[in-house]
Amino acid sequence: MAKAGRKSSSSWKKSLKRKAAAEEIQEAAGAGDGATESGVQPPKAAAFPPGFSISEIKNKQRRHLMFTRWKQQQRKEKLAAKKKLKKEREALGDKAPPKPVPKTIDNQRVYDETTVDPNDEEVAYDESTDEFASYFNKQTSPKILITTSDRPHGRTVRLCEQLSTVIPNSHVYYRRGLALKKIIPQCIAREFTDLIVINEDRKTPNGLILSHLPNGPTAHFKMSSVRLRKEIKRRGKDPTEHIPEIILNNFTTRLGHSIGRMFASLFPHNPQFIGRQVATFHNQRDYIFFRFHRYIFRSEKKVGIQELGPRFTIKLRSLQKGTFDSKYGEYEWVHKPREMDTSRRKFHL
Amino acid sequence: MAAAAARWNHVWVGTETGILKGVNLQRKQAANFTAGGQPRREEAVSALCWGTGGETQILVGCADRTVKHFSTEDGIFQGQRHCPGGEGIFRGLAQTDGTLITCVDSGILRVWRDNDKNTSSDPLLELRVGPGVCRMRQDPAHPHVVATGGKENALKMWDLQGSEEPVFRAKNVRNDWLDLRVPIWDQDIQFLPGSQKLVTCTGYHQVRVYDPASPQRRPVLETTYGEYPLTAMTLTPGGNSVIVGNTHGQLAEIDLRQGRLLGCLKGLAGSVRGLQCHPSKPLLASCGLDRVLRIHRIQNPRGLEHKVYLKSQLNCLLLSGRDNWEDEPQEPQEPNKVPLEDTETDELWASLEAAAKRKLSDLEQTQGALQTRRRKKKRPGSTSP
Repeated sequence: MAKAGRKSSSSWKKSLKRKAAAEEIQEAAGAGDGATESGVQPPKAAAFPPGFSISEIKNKQRRHLMFTRWKQQQRKEKLAAKKKLKKEREALGDKAPPKPVPKTIDNQRVYDETTVDPNDEEVAYDESTDEFASYFNKQTSPKILITTSDRPHGRTVRLCEQLSTVIPNSHVYYRRGLALKKIIPQCIAREFTDLIVINEDRKTPNGLILSHLPNGPTAHFKMSSVRLRKEIKRRGKDPTEHIPEIILNNFTTRLGHSIGRMFASLFPHNPQFIGRQVATFHNQRDYIFFRFHRYIFRSEKKVGIQELGPRFTIKLRSLQKGTFDSKYGEYEWVHKPREMDTSRRKFHL
Repeated sequence: MAAAAARWNHVWVGTETGILKGVNLQRKQAANFTAGGQPRREEAVSALCWGTGGETQILVGCADRTVKHFSTEDGIFQGQRHCPGGEGIFRGLAQTDGTLITCVDSGILRVWRDNDKNTSSDPLLELRVGPGVCRMRQDPAHPHVVATGGKENALKMWDLQGSEEPVFRAKNVRNDWLDLRVPIWDQDIQFLPGSQKLVTCTGYHQVRVYDPASPQRRPVLETTYGEYPLTAMTLTPGGNSVIVGNTHGQLAEIDLRQGRLLGCLKGLAGSVRGLQCHPSKPLLASCGLDRVLRIHRIQNPRGLEHKVYLKSQLNCLLLSGRDNWEDEPQEPQEPNKVPLEDTETDELWASLEAAAKRKLSDLEQTQGALQTRRRKKKRPGSTSP
């Protein structure tokens, strides 16, 4: 009974709305042109006094009705305008002006003054002599240690195992409650070049600490959207032992360059193209998306890809200059939300 | 042209890549100066101080233990001297009536005779200050008095004309509430003007005031700020407060009369490496590991004035203390002179232009926030506006 009542009440409401509108018109217009409109169907174009806005109606129900009516009207007008534009474009055919590019946050991005110019000599010198110089000069090849925070749960353990299949020459060790500051000298003695610590909270991995070893910078990321292999739909078979290629997308600023080089130094120099595997670090709006695919060229221009390995999203929280020392280390960049996140169009990586 | 411009730079910054940068905030330009023409990381600038003769000379202490003389009038490096002894980089550099004072990380403080020739003679005086020095500072009122402090190296005040023992040796504070010894890590020292007091900021986020004139060797005042090591400190023009910066890029003004936090300054994203206030204007220059030089206004209103991106990690800075920030009386006179002179002097201008172009190849300009150089090219026969 209630349902039927509601249905009829909605149509009743519409007629009530028109009546209410009529009443409004008659009230508001006063002595104006009420003569012809007191009939059955009042015209849509009501004669309201100028400066009247819907928000001035004190009655909530009537106000809501007026608003819904206005909204429907707007929608109709918008649709009509779109149709008109489409007709005009078809009429013009080839001579139609090109479609305007829609504004997105990415193309409205505030120009960052730290964007690296490829011809800049000072930045080139800085990069060629920084902590990753020994990797990029092919003097060292990476050896990674992957570990977690203490007492990891299943998801984190499986993520570590899958990461070690993605990153060649990596070893997973159980944390055993050891302090990172004690682990680091031991790693350096055993010639590890990088340390990855996956932090876990409430049984899911939520943070990543990446420390380049001899004395290199330490980056702290927060991790989200972790998908293990079995959770990825339409995935390919497990990755092989071939060294993957790397794709680093959209690391334009100086800070982005440093982080990009950090990721690049995780993988050996010589990608084996036979394996057709590629690891992608795609930066968009300061979020870095990690994906691992296998590709196959079906023709010169068509590629098929299969997503393999784990997938996660990370965001940089801080970049610290030495090896891991969060209390006494010097920070190169710290994310400060209240100072840096004030504009929706400003990004740092 | 570059030489004349170098004189008017407001801030001089030393970087980790060995480049000395001169920044002119009025014209919004930054210029690079290197001794050898190419940046070298072995020459990373670790200490800067003004040389003799007002602010016309800068002493640049590099990581390869050389101290280079740079002339701001000419915009070139004039000479260098090698200062061996001890290990580590320069932690303090000072100059007083013909002598150069250097202090290195391992605690060797040496006084060198500052002769014009580049000979590295033996030091006039050598003091062992103790290992792990983080800062050596000279008293601006008494140039022969220096103070040193470091990690597990308590604050000591030395009189270079006096005995080999320190004039004042600070004592550590009492054990804390767990009866544990409080560790010492003096990161920066400043002398308070008008009295003998010293202020230090520590790596354990404390700010302490010491008074050698009082009988107690322990700090007279101690306050804390934040949770991160304080790396740099400077005195404000009033003399009642200090501004400190920590490894997270937080800047705070702390009143020394009460030990209270007056306010903070926003903007830095990386560890603060250099801070200096102007002696009379309420301006603060700060530089750090985020590769940006910032000028803040400290009072009415507190906020950021200028921000300059300088591509390399910045280690130390020198702020020019001159008052005529805006006035550059020499520059506007040059275009007035040109129409008065004849073609023979136009040839002179042309030859000068060629020299400027050669020098320009050494200099670089920054992009982004800075405008391009608005140099008026004096071509022969052109009329000046």
